[in-house]
Amino acid sequence: MSNRIETQHTMASTSPAPARRSGRRHPLATAALLVVGLLATGGAYALATTSATAETTVANEQLVEDGGKLFAANCASCHGLQGAGTEAGPSVIGVGALAVDFQVGTGRMPMAASGPQAEVKPVQFTQEQIDAMGAWVASLAPGPAVPPERYLAGDGDAAIGAELFRINCAMCHNVAGAGGALTEGKYAPGLAGVDPVHVYGAMSTGPQNMPVFSDLNLTPEEKNDIITYLQYIEENPSVGGFDLGSLGPVSEGLFIWIFGLGGLVAVTIWLTAKSN
Amino acid sequence: MMADDHDGTTSGEAAETAVEKHASSASPGVAVERADRIPNPGFPPERLRVTDTDPAKERAAERTVSGLFLLSVVGSVLAVVAYFAFPIVEGDPSTIRLNNLFLGLGITLGLLGIGIGAVHWSKALMHGHELVEERHGTRGSDETRAKAVEIFQAGNAESGFTRRSLVRNTLIGALVATPIPAIAIFRDLAPAEDPIALLKHTMWEEGVRLTRDPSGTPIKASEVTIGSAFHVIPEGLTELESHKLEEKAKAAVLLMRLPLDRLNEREDRQGWSYDGIVAYSKICTHVGCPVALYEQQTHHLLCPCHQSEFDVANHAEVIFGPAARPLPQLPITVDEEGYLVAKSDFTEPVGPSFWERAL
Amino acid sequence: MRFTGWAANYIDERTSASTAVKTLGRKIFPDHWSFMLGEVALYSFVVILLSGTFLTFFFDPSMTEVEYEGSYVPLQGIPMSVAYHSSLDISFEIRGGLLMRQVHHWAALLFVASIGLHMLRVFFTGAFRKPRELNWVIGFLLFVLAMALGFTGYSLPDDLLSGNGLRIIDGMIKAVPLAGGWISYLLFGDEFPGTDIIPRLYVLHILLLPAILVALIGAHMVLLIVNKHTQFAGPGRTNDNVVGAPVMPVFAAKAGGFFFIVFGVIVLIASLFTINPIWNYGPYDPSPVSAGTQPDWYIGFADGALRLIPPHLETVIFGYTWSWNVLIPLVGLLVFLAAAALYPFLEAWVTGDKREHHIAERPRNNPTRTAIGAAGVTFYAGLWAAASSDLIATHFRLSIEGVIHALQFVTVVGPFIAYFVTKRVCLALMRKDREIALHGFESGRIVRLPGGEYIEVHEQLDDYERWKLVSYEEYQPLMVRPDARGRITARQRVRASMSRWFFEDRISPVTQRELESQRH
Repeated sequence: MSNRIETQHTMASTSPAPARRSGRRHPLATAALLVVGLLATGGAYALATTSATAETTVANEQLVEDGGKLFAANCASCHGLQGAGTEAGPSVIGVGALAVDFQVGTGRMPMAASGPQAEVKPVQFTQEQIDAMGAWVASLAPGPAVPPERYLAGDGDAAIGAELFRINCAMCHNVAGAGGALTEGKYAPGLAGVDPVHVYGAMSTGPQNMPVFSDLNLTPEEKNDIITYLQYIEENPSVGGFDLGSLGPVSEGLFIWIFGLGGLVAVTIWLTAKSN
Repeated sequence: MMADDHDGTTSGEAAETAVEKHASSASPGVAVERADRIPNPGFPPERLRVTDTDPAKERAAERTVSGLFLLSVVGSVLAVVAYFAFPIVEGDPSTIRLNNLFLGLGITLGLLGIGIGAVHWSKALMHGHELVEERHGTRGSDETRAKAVEIFQAGNAESGFTRRSLVRNTLIGALVATPIPAIAIFRDLAPAEDPIALLKHTMWEEGVRLTRDPSGTPIKASEVTIGSAFHVIPEGLTELESHKLEEKAKAAVLLMRLPLDRLNEREDRQGWSYDGIVAYSKICTHVGCPVALYEQQTHHLLCPCHQSEFDVANHAEVIFGPAARPLPQLPITVDEEGYLVAKSDFTEPVGPSFWERAL
Repeated sequence: MRFTGWAANYIDERTSASTAVKTLGRKIFPDHWSFMLGEVALYSFVVILLSGTFLTFFFDPSMTEVEYEGSYVPLQGIPMSVAYHSSLDISFEIRGGLLMRQVHHWAALLFVASIGLHMLRVFFTGAFRKPRELNWVIGFLLFVLAMALGFTGYSLPDDLLSGNGLRIIDGMIKAVPLAGGWISYLLFGDEFPGTDIIPRLYVLHILLLPAILVALIGAHMVLLIVNKHTQFAGPGRTNDNVVGAPVMPVFAAKAGGFFFIVFGVIVLIASLFTINPIWNYGPYDPSPVSAGTQPDWYIGFADGALRLIPPHLETVIFGYTWSWNVLIPLVGLLVFLAAAALYPFLEAWVTGDKREHHIAERPRNNPTRTAIGAAGVTFYAGLWAAASSDLIATHFRLSIEGVIHALQFVTVVGPFIAYFVTKRVCLALMRKDREIALHGFESGRIVRLPGGEYIEVHEQLDDYERWKLVSYEEYQPLMVRPDARGRITARQRVRASMSRWFFEDRISPVTQRELESQRH
């Protein structure tokens, strides 16, 4: 055993930069990762997040002002007038415009009632109003911004996306994006029909109990790959027929008992009943 | 074995005597046997089917049955047609769906046509009266059994099986010994190494960088923002020529960063984390599923297989579910380039318990 | 016709087939829907054999790592085992391959489900009593083998779901005292997962286990023919006859037709509904896992048992680790299965009844047995539900902890409640039967008597209907009596208390005398 490990390590230490498996990932992804890695050197991740948002911080002041008013009217009772948070709600300083877009754009905010977690509800605001609130929140402190369209296009590599999805997402959201249970009544929602920008937003901002997958962990290209995979499975229904909710063996077992065996029991009753 | 058509008037008397006869042949145990039980009324009159009385209905049933058989032929032909008419086109998954659907429906029709047709035939057209067959006790007759005993005795006498006790006992000894090689030859199902030693070590050792799963790119401490969760493998794992999955199955780690004020660290584990960044084995201490559901606000980890919950803020202690032990922690620090590295291997075996684990 | 005659003669002169036809051709099989459940199992097994043979032509169990080059886009370029690759090829490249995979898997689920229901039927009607105890044990072994076949088959595609299933098996094996680590090492041929397990399971799955299964099915069928089928009580039916349809032609047509119906229903399900979409799960890798990782339904009770154990159950004694959190479910389930296998012998010992029983009992007429069965079903159902605790939580908006606690209650206390309730319900039904047998049905016709009193007219049963209500066995508790040497053995005492437990509450069938006194 020890022999095996040692040889492995000699191998590892002689290769200065671990090579990627060929054909697995867009070459740009590595380059982008390197760039981001370099930017982050020195431990100033504030710098990195600023750089990520730099392109969108040219928000016009009118928008910020409108957003401030909307925030004061709809959000401040929980998040505080200055967005610093109260006992009823966390601070929104530094969460970025993307978090606003996700939370408000999916109807999770404003929250209707306290529960294990914020639920998806009909959206209360127009996209303009959401953008305005996002601009105001972004003006408080830098945070993740709404990504440019090219990272939401779903034109990435579905295979890389699927692999990243299995490693980073499937344990909560299920391999087919059908959702799953968390502790104490919380749950990871199903991902069918979720807008790509909200998928992106959830990964970047880590809403509620979801971990944050910042651009330093999953690059924007990798997030696009994941979006590509989710779009692939949504556009291509299961080749085997109806998917029974993609919930795995439990729904299959219930189906065979209720409809398979149930149906055959009905046949046996017909079979053994005396004909008229 | 002969089956007799009962005419519906057989008296209950015959049936009753049969029960009596049977009951007397073996011990009833604690069963209550009453003399005044209600007698078996015998067979009720047979009810005729419409196909027995109405020749038109009979012909209609005949037509239905042969129609179903014909439908079955149509289904089988359709299945063959579907096989060729719905080819699988590379790059278009919907063609597989169509192939599966229509091939399946054709075969279904072919099968159900025969099945329903045959059953309808038997129910509507075949002889519809119930028949009766006598049962006999399962045991052989006394005569047969006596003969069987005789055969055994003759066999014994002619071979001397009981008499030649040395021959018999050595044979039994030989028979007992023969399977022993069969047990021994299974030893080489696995290599000669001691598995217990293997279970106690992983690829991690001092200075091995923490890298992303699956790409194998190293991780800087600065990249792990608060609330992040990284799925981690040791540097060098992706280049292994062999035993890649075996090593990964022991070395997979989850990396999380908690706010410093939320992290309780044990005295003896001071310095195992770096600036709120902690690394725990991802392999459940229950039966080994990857424990990967991290809740960034509660800092709980949930295993999706058996719902064990671990509290990362409190050295991954078990707070719910069947697991008995906390997840092992990987001591980490940063190297001079700012990359996260292990300070050593895990200080205890990872994954499910085994007999020699604590030794 | 001349050809048929010639062919029959040709075969008989070489095989003595006419003897078999004479013996079996007019054998009688009683008609009842619940007697067809075993046939569902048999026929789905035939479907499994047929579809499985097709699959073996394309499946390659090797665990050598290759890169996926097939047509499923989200896996292209991903390294995977040959086994998984060939499973994907069966699904995506071979016409009818996916259909056969789905037929095979659906048929497997149906196979075990129908065995389960068949066993419940046999149990609750007492059809395991003498002379069928051995056939019950054979049937039980078939059930266990079916689960083993199912689990080995579930593991073969080497996808993420099956790999995590093997991971759990590995974890359970490692918990075995003394040799757990070694057994796992030998089974996997290396540390988990190794590169041997799939080929090894493949041999078990397509050769060893099916061979044993087929042999046992043969034994099961032979004993069925020797013992003849049970029948429900009915007018004219006695313990010494069989009333029903002859093999030739009615039963053969029905059973043969039913085979095609079972086959057709399985193919219909397979052409409409996805089962085990392995392409979603990806290749096995020890790091990822999917929410909703469950075994197929028949292993669910074992998975559920693992989930229901409370935390921290492990002790280290003299440096050796005892994983109670795995050993308790493991041993508990073995005891449960052994109890199921041995139940006929227990009941035979308690009743001391050495007679042959060919009349299937109505469950209500043996309240204690039915209640024991209900308790067992509740225990099993609690474990089974626990295997889907996460899905129950998400679908009914409950907390997973709450679901687990509730199911712990169901599994531990539920059987006692089920026992008690079932026994009372059975006794109530027997009382009602007795009432009806004596006084007839309430006809719904109200008559005013000359005195002004209103009564409802009761309609008497005819003899045939009444017979079904009165023709059941009655047992009484064993009286403890000293044996020949004037002693009461402990064995006697146990048997007496067991028989008191079984038969203390009992309701006798209506007797002729009671009926006559009622009439006059």
